[in-house]
Amino acid sequence: MKRVGVFVCHCGINIASTIDISKVVEDLKNYPGITFIQDYKYMCSEPGQALLKEKIKAEKIDAIVIAACSPTLHENTFRMAVKSVDMNPYNCEIANIREQCSWVHNNISEATEKAKRIIKSVVEKALLDEDLEPVRVPVTRKALVLGGGIAGIQSALSIANSGYEVILVERQSSIGGRMAQLSETFPTLDCSQCILTPKMVDAGQHKNIRLMTYSELDDISGFVGNFKVKIRQKAKYVDWEKCTGCGLCIEKCPKKVPSEFDQGLGKRKAIYTPFPQAVPNKPVIDCENCTYFKTGKCRLCEKVCPFDAINFDETDSFIEEEVGAIIVATGYDVYPVLNMSEYGGGKIPDVIDGLTFERILSASGPTGGEVRRPSDGKIPKEIVFIKCVGSRDPEHHYPYCSKICCMYTTKHAMLYKHRVHDGQPYIFYMDVRAGGKGYEEFYQRAQEEDKVVFLRGKVSKVYQDDDKVVVCGIDTLSGSNVEIRADMVVLAMAIRPSKGIEELAQLLKISIDQNGFLTEAHPKLRPVESLSAGIYLAGCAQAPKDIPDTVSQATATAAMISNLFSQEYLLHEPIITGVDEELCSGCGLCVAVCPYDARKTNREKGVVEVNEILCEACGACAAACPSGAAQQRNFTDTQLSNMVKAILAE
Amino acid sequence: MQLSYYPGCTLKTDGKNFETSALAVLDRLGVSVSELEDWYCCGVCFSQTQDNLMQQVAPVRTLVKAKEKGNPQLLALCTMCFNTLKRSIEFIKNDSEKMDTIHQFMDLENTQFFGDEIDVVDILTLIRQIGLEKLKEAIVKTDAGLKIASYYGCMLLRPKEIAIDSPDDPVILEEILESAGCENVYFPFRTECCGSYQIVNKPNIVKDRAKKIVNSAVKNGADLIVMLCPLCYFNFDEIQLDIKKEDASFQTIPVLYITQLLALLMGLDPHIQDFNLHAIDPRPVLKRKGLL
Repeated sequence: MKRVGVFVCHCGINIASTIDISKVVEDLKNYPGITFIQDYKYMCSEPGQALLKEKIKAEKIDAIVIAACSPTLHENTFRMAVKSVDMNPYNCEIANIREQCSWVHNNISEATEKAKRIIKSVVEKALLDEDLEPVRVPVTRKALVLGGGIAGIQSALSIANSGYEVILVERQSSIGGRMAQLSETFPTLDCSQCILTPKMVDAGQHKNIRLMTYSELDDISGFVGNFKVKIRQKAKYVDWEKCTGCGLCIEKCPKKVPSEFDQGLGKRKAIYTPFPQAVPNKPVIDCENCTYFKTGKCRLCEKVCPFDAINFDETDSFIEEEVGAIIVATGYDVYPVLNMSEYGGGKIPDVIDGLTFERILSASGPTGGEVRRPSDGKIPKEIVFIKCVGSRDPEHHYPYCSKICCMYTTKHAMLYKHRVHDGQPYIFYMDVRAGGKGYEEFYQRAQEEDKVVFLRGKVSKVYQDDDKVVVCGIDTLSGSNVEIRADMVVLAMAIRPSKGIEELAQLLKISIDQNGFLTEAHPKLRPVESLSAGIYLAGCAQAPKDIPDTVSQATATAAMISNLFSQEYLLHEPIITGVDEELCSGCGLCVAVCPYDARKTNREKGVVEVNEILCEACGACAAACPSGAAQQRNFTDTQLSNMVKAILAE
Repeated sequence: MQLSYYPGCTLKTDGKNFETSALAVLDRLGVSVSELEDWYCCGVCFSQTQDNLMQQVAPVRTLVKAKEKGNPQLLALCTMCFNTLKRSIEFIKNDSEKMDTIHQFMDLENTQFFGDEIDVVDILTLIRQIGLEKLKEAIVKTDAGLKIASYYGCMLLRPKEIAIDSPDDPVILEEILESAGCENVYFPFRTECCGSYQIVNKPNIVKDRAKKIVNSAVKNGADLIVMLCPLCYFNFDEIQLDIKKEDASFQTIPVLYITQLLALLMGLDPHIQDFNLHAIDPRPVLKRKGLL
């Protein structure tokens, strides 16, 4: 029989205050499976590990059980320790007597009894544990980045600069994303496009980056290091190989439609680039609005194109690629003002959202950077900004804080004041959250230098009265009702994950939280990874965040991926569920329940075969198998039943 | 279609014109309404008191009587009665302990009320149930060209558990008026508070609000304000004369219950209207528009 050593950790008083450790040691000393048992104050400390190694050698121990905290914390620590004294790490087991015992109980004698049972059961498991070796998996050293906003651009550039290839996929015809729409950025007020476009150009020209704009992920299979992806290139109706981006077609196109880039304030043509600094700077035809596609007549663009680049017969095409890792950086949308009827959203033309105001402020925007209101182009003399619209409102809209609004609204008020010196900005707020480097100072500057009036309270109603937009609210600091006859109202609408995130998450098999944002693997310690290995998250798709945070997170994903790609091969947990071909009847029940497509029936041999790399050891097949042919390594039926017996024994 | 009807105190006194016009309109729409033989104060005044259990006794007893009468739907024309009865149902359904107490208190009643047996319905929802097409067919004066400021008040829309439509952006009243051939003017104060019982202690609050709300209706070109609540009506009608005394430039506007207007548009006998109950006489504008 194997010689099993048990080490009981006090974890200071975390365990020792609720569990009588000396009693545990005393009572288990003669348990049949245990060769050696000892306690120690902190097993995870250097001396604790030294003790472990020393005793393994001295007592000739084959397998150990550490009775301590959750295996998610220190299993790896102890496995590394035993490995250094030539024990197979899969012979090191953790009995969790902290999270599952001492922390959740207060009766010492009962908790001590329970701890003994937990330890006994893990000892039973350890007795039958086999030596295992991790499965080696090859890595495709190429990354796929979904989303070409600042998050996607930053992560693509970072990975590309580490020498790995990147495919950058963007839904629109140009990269740039939301940041390209912004006017100036807080708290330094540098021009958003001026700091973004050099990065866009870099991404467009980088030898390691393949830009695929006007494209979307269509299908995916595989696993970390070995994904197979299918990307849909939407029909552009313009041959970009031939097109030089001269813009003649755009100039001649007779059809004008509201520009999405300008939030509907300006116009674009049916053949268009979203903005002048687009990368790639080549047009696409919007077939829903193109006169030729609607009526069968026109083709003016085709006539004027000197390079014969227009192709009305183009169809969607598909590109298949193999990649080793994926970054999801699909960004955000603004919650539509239509949802705020009590603030006149969608009814009063001069009630707009913050992103639309960005376009009004932008030097390249529809008003050339002059602050003019949408309804009649007048310069507003009084503007009311309302924060937390749709955010922090669990009853009617979304419970979370959209995070960027405090700062961008302050910036809006400031920029407005810089353009309209005799104008008066007001901001209605619930709280001012100016946590960030230089943010508080920025907020104070808005109050002191730019005389922005901050009113703490909610707005109850916004309505049109002649050419004024009347805002009724309360100033809770003075306790008085406030009514402002403003010329324009800007709503800091909540931000939402961009359209299509549910479908994408389903395709990638990653999860989304209750608000629709992508879920990170751990909120503190693994904030840039998804729960699926090899898929990383950057930017507002994961949670609302500003540009500095987005860039940091994007860079972090690149670092994670460089780390992944720098390995010769990947190691996959060997704890998988195999097949005993003698017992397997090939019934296929396990194939049907496997969520990872890891099991396939071999018709010729009449048995099921397992792709060890795909298996994630969930155990669904082992439970489904009627003959016991599917046994999970180190979690065999015998081990599990011995463990249960040990727990239930009198 | 047959349903029971609970009038409440106001509709037998100051709001008589609401009752007579509503019953006439429903009759024209083919709905048979029969008044409860035995009804009590809805209890709205008790909602001012701290003892929230006592306040339920009167409305629950009324609901018991409605249940005994047999029709599953109970029409409450007065919005305050509607609000009180509807909230009592919510109260009964959501607190079984208090329901037991009430049952014990009313142990002399032959019937017990549990909450789901009676659907209290307001006039707007009822008209929508009857059908806007049917309403359209019943309208005979289709070219009146009336511009209406439609005023909801609060009782039909709050709290949101019993609201008949979106508390912030309701549309039901406008839909009905549009089907009846009226034009709805932009009226941002349509869900504003009228000032309610402040009329008793601090009438100036009501006066200020009435002035603001009436001014908006007038400014946006309305011929009439149409409403549903007897208290809103009380707070908006006579008080306009007081405002006029203080401010000669103030323009008054007649206030009508929705059912009065519908009755006129259906060409029903104007004698049911009881125009004597109005402080601001609507007859001149109604004559101008060919409705009288």
